[in-house]
This record gives sequence, C-alpha cells and structure tokens, in this order.
Amino acid sequence: MKRKDRSDIIFRRVLAVFPLLILILVGGILFKLVTASSLSIQKFGFTFLFTRTWDPVFENFGALPFIYGTLLSSFVALLIAIPIGLGTAIFLAEYAPYGVQRVFSSLIDLLAAIPSVIYGLWGIFVLVPIMRTNVQPFLGKYLGFLPFFQGPNYGVGVLSASVILAIMIVPFIISVSREVILAVPQVYKEAAYAMGSTRWEAIQTIILSYGKPGIVGGIILALGRAIGETMAVTMIIGNNVKISASLFSPGYTLASVIANEFAEASDKLYLSSLIEIGLVLLFVSIVVNSLARLLI
Amino acid sequence: MFKKITVFSLVLMVAGIAFAGGPVLINGAGATFPYPIYSKWFDEYSKINPTVQFNYQSIGSGGGIKQITAKTVDFGATDGPMTPDQMAEAPGRIYHIPMVMGAVVVTYNLEGVDKGLRISPDILADIFLGNITKWNDSRITAINPDQKLPDQDIVVIHRSDGSGTTFIFVDYLSSVSSEWKNKVGKATSVNWPVGLGGKGNEGVSGLVKQTPGGIGYVELSYAIKNKLAYAFLESQSGKFIEPDLESTSKAAEGVEIPEDFRVSLVNSSNPAAYPIAGFTWLLIYKNMDDAVKGKAIVDFIKWAIHDGQKYTEKLLYAPLPDKVVEMIENRLGQIKY
Repeated sequence: MKRKDRSDIIFRRVLAVFPLLILILVGGILFKLVTASSLSIQKFGFTFLFTRTWDPVFENFGALPFIYGTLLSSFVALLIAIPIGLGTAIFLAEYAPYGVQRVFSSLIDLLAAIPSVIYGLWGIFVLVPIMRTNVQPFLGKYLGFLPFFQGPNYGVGVLSASVILAIMIVPFIISVSREVILAVPQVYKEAAYAMGSTRWEAIQTIILSYGKPGIVGGIILALGRAIGETMAVTMIIGNNVKISASLFSPGYTLASVIANEFAEASDKLYLSSLIEIGLVLLFVSIVVNSLARLLI
Repeated sequence: MFKKITVFSLVLMVAGIAFAGGPVLINGAGATFPYPIYSKWFDEYSKINPTVQFNYQSIGSGGGIKQITAKTVDFGATDGPMTPDQMAEAPGRIYHIPMVMGAVVVTYNLEGVDKGLRISPDILADIFLGNITKWNDSRITAINPDQKLPDQDIVVIHRSDGSGTTFIFVDYLSSVSSEWKNKVGKATSVNWPVGLGGKGNEGVSGLVKQTPGGIGYVELSYAIKNKLAYAFLESQSGKFIEPDLESTSKAAEGVEIPEDFRVSLVNSSNPAAYPIAGFTWLLIYKNMDDAVKGKAIVDFIKWAIHDGQKYTEKLLYAPLPDKVVEMIENRLGQIKY
C-alpha cells in the first residue's frame, strides 16, 4: 500500500513540472518582450497605443492602426465563420449519414492542414479578383448606405483578408463543435424527444446549451488563430497604416507589420517599437480571449 | 586490439591534418536583391578556387548590417549605405565595397499603354504623394501626346516589407521633390502618404497587374524577367531614359564617387543615365580578425569586380564602370589582415 502511495506522489510531482514549464515559457517570452521594447516604452509610454502614425523615417511610432486592423479583420472573420462552422457541425453530427460524416470530417481536417502561404497565394490570384469584380461591387450597390461598404474598391483590403481568415478558421470551429455535439449523452436527446420536442428544439435546448462551453472553446481557439495569422493576411490586407470604417479599404495588422518590417529594421528605436508591437499583440490576444470567455 | 587503436588514432590524425588544410568557410548575410549574382559568383569562384567556400544568407540589408556589426558573419551585404550612427556602433571600421548596380523601374497597368509611358520626376513624386490622382491629369497628358490616357483613378502600390528597393526609390523621390523629402523622407520602410502595400517584388507586380490604373516600382531585373510595362523617366538633361543595364551603369558616371563609396547614385547628371539606380555593397571590416579569411574575401572581391562582372548581364545586373573598379582596387589595398 505504502509503495503505491509513494509512486502516486512522484507521478503527481513529475506531472506538475510540465505546467510549470509552460508558465516559465510564457513568463520568459513576456520578460524578453518587455526588456527588448523598453526603449520604445520609455519614449512613447501609453501614447504608443493611441498614436495613429507609423513613421520609420521620423521615428514616430504608434500601434493604433494595427490594433484596429487586427481586431476588425478577426471580428469580421468570426462573423463569417461562426454560422458556417456551427451549421456544418450540427449538420454533420445530427443529420448527415455516417459515411458523409466521415468523408467531410477528413476533408475538414485537410483544410486545417493547408499552410497559410498557400491560402495567401490563392487569395491574391483567385479571391481578390472575385472580390473586386463581383462581391464588393454587389455589396457596394445594395449595402452601400452603410459606412462599411463604401469607398474605392481595390479587391485587396480588410474584407478580403477577413474572408481568407474565415476560411482558415472554419475547420477549427467545425472540428471542435462536432466533437462536442457528438459527446452530448444520447439519453438527454431522447429525453427531449420524449417531451415532444422537434429536432430543432432538441438541438436548441439540449445540444447547444450542453455543448456551449466546448463550442465557445472552439471559437476562442479559432479567434486566437485569426489574431495571430500573419502570412495570408499580409498578402491580402493591403498593408496601409490607416483607420477606416470601410471594409473595402486596405488595413494593417500587428502580426503583418512585424513580418514586413522586422528584417530591415536596424535603428534601435524602430526595432524596439516593432518588438513592442509584439507585446501589444500578446496583450490583445489575452484581453480578447478573456472577454470572449466572459461574454459568451 | 592495441594495433586497432593505433590504426584508428592514425586515421584520426590524418583526418585532422586534412581538415586543417581544408576549405576556408566564409559566412555572409544581408541583402536579398544581389542574392542571385552572389550565389552565381560563389559557385563559379569555388570552381576556380576550391579551398574557399561561401555561405550566404539573404536575410535583408538590415539583417546584414546587424550581423556584421555583431561580427556573427565574415561579411555583410546591403542595398542602402550604413548610417553614420550605425557606423559608429560597429566595433571596427567597416568598408563599403560596391559589387554591382541595380535600377528601380516604375511599372503600371494601363489598358492600351505598353512600356514607354513618359514620366517626369515632379509627376512621379506627386503621384506617390497623392497630389495627382487621375491618369488623364493634364501634367501627364502634356508629356505623353501620343498616348491615350484614360479617365481612371491612379492606384499607388508600394512595398510593404522593408527593402533596399524602396530605399533607392524614395531616395530618388527625396532628391527630386522637397515636399517628399520633408513629409516622407528616405528609409527601407517609410510612412506612405497613399496606396496599397504588396510584399516583395512579386507582391507589388502582382497587385499592379491585377489593379487597373495601378502604378508601382520593382527592380529592373524583375521587370525585365516578367515582361512588365515600365515607364521612361526624365533625366536631369530633360531626356526620357529607358531603363536598361547600360543606362543603369551610366548612373555611376554622372555622380562624384567618394573614396568610401557610401553614395547615392539617384538623379545622375549624366544625360544618358537612368535616374533611379544604386550600388549594392559588401560590408567588410578594414582590419580583419582572421588573416586566412581576410585574404580569401579580398581575393574573391578582386575576382568578382573583374572576371565576375561578365556574369552580371545574364542575371540582369548592371556592371560596375571601369573607374569604380579602379577605385575599389585602391580601397582593397588598405585592408589589413
């Protein structure tokens, strides 16, 4: 008996090391980001978060347009991806025959495995022309009274980037939601039917409420990917440092500016500001994730 | 058993001797623009001199400057000269050695207009400042009487990533427009007044090709390889110059070149020179830490500026003028190893 206790204790302690490693890793990243961006933090302070200029020549740096672009593109991507993802998951788990379910599941996993640069190239050569000649003129014509669908139509811009992001994050939402829905105990569903529920009512009352934490988890995972996505977005968003309400106009994201400018940044303040952008990106991810958990 | 060990250690010793007399490995890092010619040179040079091996990482000019300053590489490479601050930060005196020349061309997407649209410096600056917004602006049509220019919005497209190509381009705009110089200035990335950003030459040319009314800038070699439509630019003499290797090389003949070669070649006074051109440099220390590597690098540079220049044309770089080659030889004589 005693020996078994001891092995349990050892096992527990060994296991406890692993989460500790994660803690050390996150702490280390945070520490390095703060020390490496100290020059920029000292120079700009909190105004860094509210300045709309990014000027490497006159060394005046602010993160606001990038924060705005990151949040806007991720938010619009979620708006597109959630209905598609959730709808697909419910259909596959509840309505589709087993064979269809299996084929689609492997297709969806395949989508999740495509590298983002491939999505970016596809975006430039296929999606952007479609957006410019078909989708955006259509939106401008019928929804042009809204400020989101006004202004010149280049094809590249926040909306196209959001569409690419939505395509990239939909597999996450589908996979997680489908697993969660499948995990709802059969007896609960049967209870709902026994009470005289229609299928829609059963899905609404039992499955979605029982699976809510899991589905939200999937959406947060997807949101995290959208906020941090770099390559595909950089290729499509237009990379223009400005804040515009229109989804047609080009924008810029935190991850994109780092990817674009880090290699050539050689002045100290410039480099330090780029690293502070990384710090801001980390905080944006943390804040958005916590908010999402609170809200949903 | 004992015998086996003796043989084994003998083999080790022989291998050790062979290693000591083996190839000199030289590491470099920096600019992406000259990467094709550098890798061709390293390849050809290792055929002539198999004892020297080069390893070059094309991580960008900024990275090249950082690494040579930190002495993590034996040479750096850059498309824009180091700033005085950067020079002061380096632990020793760094020499800039020009290797080849490149040009930046203005490319556009206008239906019915092939290459040869005429653009003057003030018009180019005003387009990129956002002051001229239509293709049929009277200033553009005035110097292009033969072209039918549409009533179309101009869509400016620039590099989104930091780049030596951008440096040369905005260096030119700064030298021809005081408004550009005061509002935007020159660096590898700038705060663009208008336009869309594409990543890399391929990103810019992709956007220009797809966007009716688009105008952007790419390297000359990239434009020729991809058969892009490019503009003829007005030089200081008032002539409109077609960008090609010859007119790019001429740019170095209209500018007084200082002994340290840290000079901009844009807006050359040579009437036959294309005005948006520049050197790309190798960065090496004047006092080399390692005698063997130092000699190998200097020997390589001597070869590259003479015999090596014959490979430039095929790879679409402009060769160095003879006068510059002579100056480099003097400069190399000052290097100590």
